Formats: sequence, C-alpha cells, structure tokens
Amino acid sequence: MATRTAAVERTTRASRVGAVLGALLLGGLIALPLTGESGLMRMVVELIALLVLAQMWNLLAGYAGLVSIGQQAFLGLGGYALIVLADDLGVNAFLAVPLAGIVAAVFALLTAAIVFRFRGGYFAVGTWAVAEVYRLLVANTPALGRGTGRTLKAVFPLARETRELVTYGLALAIGVVAMAAVYFYLRSRQGVGLMAVRDSEPASESLGVDVYFTKLRVYLIAAFGTGVTGALIYLNLLRISPDAAFSINWTAYTIFIVVIGGLGTVEGPIVGSLVFFVLRELLADYGAWYMILLGVLAVVAMMRYPQGLWGLIGERWDVHVFPVRRRVRLSGPDEAANR
Amino acid sequence: MAWLDAVVQGILLGGLYALFATGLSLIFGVMRLVNLAHGDFSILAAFLAVVAVRVLALNPLLALVVVVPVMAAGGYGLQRLVLNRLLGRGILPAVLVTFGFSVIIQNGLLQIFSADSQRLNPGGIETASLALGGGLAVGWFSLLTFALAVVLLGALQLLIGRTAVGRAFRATSDDGDTAELMGIDNHRLYGFAMALSLAIVAIAGIVLGIRTTFTFASGPDRLLFAFEAVIIGGLGSLWGTLVGGVILGVAQTVGAKLSPGWGILTGHLVFLAVLLLRPAGLFAKSRRVD
Repeated sequence: MATRTAAVERTTRASRVGAVLGALLLGGLIALPLTGESGLMRMVVELIALLVLAQMWNLLAGYAGLVSIGQQAFLGLGGYALIVLADDLGVNAFLAVPLAGIVAAVFALLTAAIVFRFRGGYFAVGTWAVAEVYRLLVANTPALGRGTGRTLKAVFPLARETRELVTYGLALAIGVVAMAAVYFYLRSRQGVGLMAVRDSEPASESLGVDVYFTKLRVYLIAAFGTGVTGALIYLNLLRISPDAAFSINWTAYTIFIVVIGGLGTVEGPIVGSLVFFVLRELLADYGAWYMILLGVLAVVAMMRYPQGLWGLIGERWDVHVFPVRRRVRLSGPDEAANR
Repeated sequence: MAWLDAVVQGILLGGLYALFATGLSLIFGVMRLVNLAHGDFSILAAFLAVVAVRVLALNPLLALVVVVPVMAAGGYGLQRLVLNRLLGRGILPAVLVTFGFSVIIQNGLLQIFSADSQRLNPGGIETASLALGGGLAVGWFSLLTFALAVVLLGALQLLIGRTAVGRAFRATSDDGDTAELMGIDNHRLYGFAMALSLAIVAIAGIVLGIRTTFTFASGPDRLLFAFEAVIIGGLGSLWGTLVGGVILGVAQTVGAKLSPGWGILTGHLVFLAVLLLRPAGLFAKSRRVD
C-alpha cells in the first residue's frame, strides 16, 4: 500500500492572490492624498469606519453568537471620549482616538455585568436598553453639552489639509489593524475556541474552553474596535450629539452590511460595506426608501441566503481570501478522494 | 400631593406598559422568539387607526374593531410565511429578521406619513377626569386603560390556564417536539400565538395614540418598556408583568417629577437595579431563560 501524507493547510491560492491585491490596494490608498481629492479621502474614511464597525459586529454575532443591537453605545462613548480627552484633558486629538477605544472597553466591562445575564433574543433587547441608558445619561450631563452635544475644538488650530491628511492616515491604520487583528485572532487558538463556542457551548465547555470568558473577551474587543471607530467618525465630523452618536441606525447599517455581505466570514463585511456604500450613493435622493430596500434585502438574505453574498461566491467557486479554517489535505495515490 | 399624583399616574401608566409587555412575553413563552419589531407593530396599528379614522370617519375607539383583526391576520401571516421558516436555525435569524421588519416599518411609516407627530382623538374622553378629593384627579381614560389591561390579562390567564389552545401553548412551550408527537400542529399554533400577540399590541398602540402623540419612530421605546416590564415582573408570570409595568410606570412619572429629562432614564435605571438585585425578576415562574 502506498503511503499517504496529510498536511494541514492554512492558506489558499485565493488568500495568496488576495494578499498581493490587498497590498496593491493599500498602496493605492496610501498614495490617494497625492491627488488632493479631499472629498474622496473623506469617503474612504467613512467606508473604513463602516467596515470596521461591521467586522466588530460580525465578530460578535457571526463568531461568538452574541447578537448585540446595542453597539451604538460604544460608538457614542468612543466619540464622546475623544471630545473629553482632547478638549477637556488636553490629550492630542489623534492620540485620543485609540484611547477612546480603551474607554469604550471599560464601559463594556460594566455593560457585560448586566447584559450577560440575558441570552439569545433578550440579550439583543438588553444591549439596546443599555445603549439607551448611555444616550440618556449623556443627554442629561451638562458637561457633555446635554442634548445639543459638543464640537471638537482641539483640532481648530490645525490647517484643514493637515487635519484631513492625519485623519485619513489614522483611518487607514485603523482599517489595516482591525482587519489583521480579526483575521489573526480567528486563526489563533482562541479563535478556534470561539468558533467552537458558537457551534456548541456544552461541547466546547467539556473540551476545556471557558465559554463565559471567551464571549467576554470578544465583547470587549468589539467594544474597543467600535469605540475607536466612533472616535474616528467624530474626528472626521467634528460635531457630536447624543441622538446622532447613540443612534440605533449605526447598528442597523452594521447589521445590514454583515447580513447582506455574509455573516460569519471575514470577507462578508468587506463585500457588504462596498454594496452598502454603492447603494447609498445611488439612492441618496430617495430618502427612506433606501433603508426600506436594505431592510428587505437583509430579510431576504436571512431567509434564503443566510451565508450572504460572500457565502454564495465562496461556495460556488470555493474561494477563501481570508481562510480562518484549517484544512487537512491528503496527498498520495488516491488524491482524487480529496475532492 | 404632587408626589402622590405622580405615583397614581405612574400606576395607571403601568397598565398600558403591561399591555405592551404581554404580547412580547406570550411570544417568548410559546416559541422563545423575541420580536424586535414588537413596538413598531403597535405604532403601525396606531397609524392604521389614523387611516381608519380619516377614511371611514370612525371614532378611534371604534377603529379598534377594524385594526385589531387586521393586525391579528397580519401576525398570523407573518408567522406562517416568514418566521416559521426560520425555526430550528437558532435564535439569530429570527432576531435579525424581526429587526429588519422594525427598520422597514419605521421607514415605511416615515415615507407614507412623514415625520409629523400624530394623535388619535376620541372626542373628549381623553381629557375628562375624575376628582379623587384632596386636589387629586385621575383621567377617565387612564383608568379605563388600566381596567382594560387587567381584563385582558385575566382573559389571557383563563385562555392559557383553562382552554385547549392554552394547554397546547403550555405543552409546546415545555417541549415542542413532544407536543408535535401528541398531535399539536406547532406551526399553526405559533401563527395563532403571533396573531394574539399582535392583536394585543394593536390595542396597546391605539390606546397609546389616544393618550399621547406618536411618530414613525415611537416603536423602539415601546419595545424597550415592554421588555423591561417583562424582566422586572419575571419571565412567565402574567400578573408579574402587570406589576413590572406598574413599577416601570411609577419610576418614569416620579423620575420626570424630579427633573423633566429624567423620566424615561429613571425607568431604565430602576430596571437595571431590579436586574442586578433580583436577576430572575420579582415573580419569576419560568423554568429557564434561554
């Protein structure tokens, strides 16, 4: 009998091609400021913000099974943390962006003490209720400008071009770090544990995975990423108010992006963000119809194509640009048996 | 006296919250589904009543006769055509689909009725009040709402405790597969539960529309208040839900008395306090929470 060898594959041809294309895209984005198109740069910042929000929510819902409807809490807290750190405490505004993520994560630890008492559907409503508490607390705090909100003043002395350029660079860095962090986290030992928890809590617990801690860790990571993104968004917008920063719409956009793009895949949020952005530009003049269309698309996707657009592509052609699974490939005489 | 007044108003408001909460709790009890569009369905019913009042020249209270069956039929259809198809796929699809409905309903209402606030006017009863002496007065309509909540909860209690349908609800809630083996058609039963839930929430929505103004975006708050009343009262307890609604209502009116911006926030904070001190709620009889 001929010998057969087994090897664990962790990369695919698509992932190698994707790495090259990704590097080219990143190079293009780094060179973009040379064109001086500040409108285009703002759009890229917005797109990156949506992508990171989507990746964070996908980590929660698609990988940890935590369907949060309250991520706007951490977005708003991140935005307000930026203003307080930069304007009130004199921290450099750009340095305040990552620090805002830490603030959001600290609040997430408190929030988890409450919302982790709920499971499934009640977890979803519970996170929403707590996000409302944060909104109302901020709206009743005079130092935070109550319902009217505040303006980020720390960046006023900077020339507009400088501010836009640094914000753009920061956004690129956040996008790259977030993508890499999600990808490598999911490929790590902890990532395997996380997917095990999603698939069966009792089974993973019996294999030694600490279910509670695994979920808590993902919840904190997602809050950090969402908080950083909130700070980035308001560094770009400069004007914050509780109703806008803690709006459920942020989470609605995020959910639609992930569900349409493909829940539980790293590629899905990328595809979803692009679809969302294109639809938004196309339907800018149709007001509420745009949200209705997105809602219908998400409902149809959830019913008929729960794998989303990327799932359809990935299944049809077996493409995995960000392979997070390990595959055993046998080589030897009956290689055909692999397929 | 002003404080006592706030408490009395809060208790009566609690009756309305119990109406919102009952539909949510029923659905969760029977099929472990949390309908994130629950509040939006109530606002949809209120807008349907606005249309019925305009087109059929009905009193809003008579509009109930038209709107409630329409909402019940819609609920049955929603469950049979959409939500039943998501059964057995875990909780995530149902949560996300109902969230999608929430966004679709809100934006649909915005598109059709604009962002203007609406109100249902039943012709005087909403402002008539009953003097209790000592400068204290309660609105007739608030009293009626509370009485309606008590009657509906009582009727539901009888339905669940004493009828064949109620027995089927309880059996399916305990163990859906075994109930199915015993000849219960779970899919039809779930359709019936959703019809009942939306009928109750339609009544709640119309009552809300008579009490106060509402807009396309009033739904999510109703969902949150309903959820809080259910959790404060304890899962699986109908009368607990009424107590939960009353506690939430009193917290809101007393909080608003403290400072105008603090009404709803105080309600949320009391909910969080109950949750931290009595995680299972005040009157829980539910077997499990997941």
